[in-house]
Amino acid sequence: MSRRGGVAIALWLAFLLACIGLVSRASFTADLSAFLPSSPSPEQQLLVDQLKSGIASRLILIGIEGGDQAARTRASRDLAARLRADPRFLHVANGETQELERDRRVLLENRYLLSPAVTAERFSAAGLHDGVADSIDLLASSAGMFSKALLPRDPTGEFMQLLDALANQPRPQMADGVWVSHDGRRALLLARTRADGADTDGQEQAVAAIRTAFRAVAGPGLQLVLTGPGPFSVAARATIKGEVATLSGLGGLIIIALLVLVYRSPTALLLGLLPVLSGALAGVAAVSLGFGVIHGVTLGFGTALMGEAIDYSIYLMLQSEPRQDGTGEPQGHWLACFWPTIRIGVLTSVFGFASLLFSGFPGLAQLGLYAIAGVVTAALITRFVLPHLLPAQLRLRDVSALGRRLQARVAQAGRLRGPLLALFVAACAVLVIQRDGMWNRELAALSPVSAADQALDASMRADLGAPDVRYLVVVTAASQEAALAASERAAALLQPLVAAGVIDGFESPAFYLPSQASQRQRQASLPADAELRRRLQAAMADLPLRADRLEPFLADVAKARSRRPLTRQDLEGTSLAEGVDALLLPSAGGWTALLPLRTGAGSVLDPARVRTALAGSGSAGVNFIDIKGEADRLYQGYLREAILLSLTGLAAIVCLLFVTTRSPVRVFRILAPLVVAVAVVIAGLVLAGRQLTLLHLVGMLLVVAVGSNYALFFDRGAAEGGISPRTLASLLLATSTTVVGFGILAFSSVPVLNAIGATVGPGAILALVFSAILARRP
Amino acid sequence: MTRSVRLLLGALLLGFILSAQAAQLSVGQLMTALAGNRHGAASFTEKKYLAILDQPVESSGELLFIPPARLEKRTLKPKAETLVLDGDVLTIERRRQTHVLQLRDYPEVAGMIESIRATLAGDRKALERVYHLDLQGSSERWTLVLIPLDAKVGKVVARIRMVGTQDEVHTVEILQADGDRSVMSIQKTASP
Repeated sequence: MSRRGGVAIALWLAFLLACIGLVSRASFTADLSAFLPSSPSPEQQLLVDQLKSGIASRLILIGIEGGDQAARTRASRDLAARLRADPRFLHVANGETQELERDRRVLLENRYLLSPAVTAERFSAAGLHDGVADSIDLLASSAGMFSKALLPRDPTGEFMQLLDALANQPRPQMADGVWVSHDGRRALLLARTRADGADTDGQEQAVAAIRTAFRAVAGPGLQLVLTGPGPFSVAARATIKGEVATLSGLGGLIIIALLVLVYRSPTALLLGLLPVLSGALAGVAAVSLGFGVIHGVTLGFGTALMGEAIDYSIYLMLQSEPRQDGTGEPQGHWLACFWPTIRIGVLTSVFGFASLLFSGFPGLAQLGLYAIAGVVTAALITRFVLPHLLPAQLRLRDVSALGRRLQARVAQAGRLRGPLLALFVAACAVLVIQRDGMWNRELAALSPVSAADQALDASMRADLGAPDVRYLVVVTAASQEAALAASERAAALLQPLVAAGVIDGFESPAFYLPSQASQRQRQASLPADAELRRRLQAAMADLPLRADRLEPFLADVAKARSRRPLTRQDLEGTSLAEGVDALLLPSAGGWTALLPLRTGAGSVLDPARVRTALAGSGSAGVNFIDIKGEADRLYQGYLREAILLSLTGLAAIVCLLFVTTRSPVRVFRILAPLVVAVAVVIAGLVLAGRQLTLLHLVGMLLVVAVGSNYALFFDRGAAEGGISPRTLASLLLATSTTVVGFGILAFSSVPVLNAIGATVGPGAILALVFSAILARRP
Repeated sequence: MTRSVRLLLGALLLGFILSAQAAQLSVGQLMTALAGNRHGAASFTEKKYLAILDQPVESSGELLFIPPARLEKRTLKPKAETLVLDGDVLTIERRRQTHVLQLRDYPEVAGMIESIRATLAGDRKALERVYHLDLQGSSERWTLVLIPLDAKVGKVVARIRMVGTQDEVHTVEILQADGDRSVMSIQKTASP
């Protein structure tokens, strides 16, 4: 072995050790972070916060199916009881009336602080008269049986009004005292986890706790269904983990089988895999260095990279002439004749992947970095290390015979130019006709949640009423009190929208816990005892109720006047506390209050109207977000960016080819088959009913970046008066491994991987075939 | 068949009916008669005599009973209000607000409402779960008095007295434990 060889091998081993060191300390994730912007705008930050830890992110929707109604009801009650005792859940609701007595007591005792109806006018003589007259009317009605006992304490009906306001929310359908779906065939529960939605480990524990509790309480024939951000991210992580393992394993096995079949030499196989494994290691290490964490999707992409990076060693193994003598640099002939072509191929791949690197979509940027590090490492190891490791007597199966057969095919392939042109025209026609409907513009397109699960989630949400928080007013303030006060101001601005029918209603933490300022203001509007007695006398003159029966009322008002305003602690153990906790959260540097807006089922809100309504004075720190709209805008931003980056990547590849070939005609000949391949693949996907996402776009770029390697060999072959049988055989094997590597991803249920696999897998084989058809004939 | 035989049969039948009318009506007979009701619409007037008020308050509206379990009480005066009892769920609509209550959460109210519904439905089992039944009179004019068995219901309701003719209830008088009293008069309107 030469000294240069020794140095190269030593450097390689040192590099491997460094990579192993990095990878062993790397952290892996499979949550939604890959889909969220790395440098969000303020609006996007709101979205990201909501997706990660917002009110909706902690909700788990639980359905119990099967069995009969009695069994489902029992399971619902037992499951809820168990989960309520579990500290991993903040709140579990199934329609059973919980804490009713305590709720009523707190509401009753604090009614003059809690009720927005408490104003100075209401306690004037006229206001008292109207209030008491209303209450007497209520006595006559059926509801009178609830209000009679309270009349002496609450003649103005404040308590009933409070109950009305709090109860005025859509309620799920009930059967036997628990929530059920509209068709009554599924019992429904709602759990809010202590863990953030983005805390996949915490969510996994919560999901496991629900399943364990369900197994303990469920009778035979009952099934549990779980949806919501938490269960979905847990399932997605499991899917990504499972698929990365099985698909990589399967892809690797197929590739190894192909290599064994062709090489017929275990030594060659092992040596051939060295660059790939080094590349994969380098890729993971690079992502770990660059991003801190490695996403499961990136690892899944590693399979595809394996198929691409193995190409270089295949070229080396199959294209090298058998060594005639022991002198000179090993594989000197291959290095002289083939390496320049491969080098351009490596560079085009790198240019293609590099465009991903600049994406604001962290998932894509990771893929780009991983691929560049992997491809470059594999190529360098093949070039500088592998030749020194190949034993002089390495015996490979002679592939010349296969090559010659291929050569005969290629010679005839030129006849297919006409049909290929027709195919291209047809593909273009499909794309032109379908151009409007072929892109999916929703972020959900990248979601690893299956369409069936999304539909189940949507139906359970519809059954449960409002918890699909799409429209949200987010109030940020320095303190809890300031956030509550700002929520009250925002509520005043939203009220006209309710009156105008723009929104059906909204929630606010201040409904459950008014700001201290509001509570003091209400206290201030309560008259002093003597004054209240005087007004009451006047108010009751023509009513069939004698004022002297209202001593308890006078006592309560006097108590309320001197009461310390309510705080969150005073609500402990009531459903009011749950309302506050769900909607008022500590955030970085302050507090965030959430006011979810209710709209009619399926109706779309005009965000401009809400923003205009909120734009009044004193609305600093008050923002409206349309979560789905914002998410889709985010995705559309990614899509636009991906289009731009892909075009830049394509332009860079064209420039590179032009610089190296210095011939527009050759550049055209290299690119033509790739463009046709891309058009045919995309048209095929569109015809198969697939909606294209930005990952398909990335896939197209990769078809060009990967396929150019094969086109380059045909171009070089044409320049030398015919492509050699060995080269042809190596190209066929190289393409096969690439097709397997990428193509296996098409079987993934993770949309990101599936899209790339379904585009690049077929695209690579078509690039080879079309290159053969369109190659210049000598 | 000869004319005399037909006369004889007619006389026998008449005698049977007359004797049944004169005799004490049994709870079972009343319940069977009531249970035979198809759904019925009626108007009502209700007067409540409450200790806290100097005068009785009066309300009126419509009643609709759809066997076996749905009872609607639509009050038109003095304020519009709809109360619907369907199965275990009590819905009260008032001032464009809808309240949905689970009867199991309000056993005392449940007892009071169940008395009317179960009587209209002729559901003896449901009545006897909550009340001791005492029936007086004939089918032409009967008086059914319900005394709560359940202590929780007894805290609210002292006694419910219903007066009726054959399968129709005319008056429901509820005497509450605190001495307050309500009297509801029911006039059957044309059956749909």
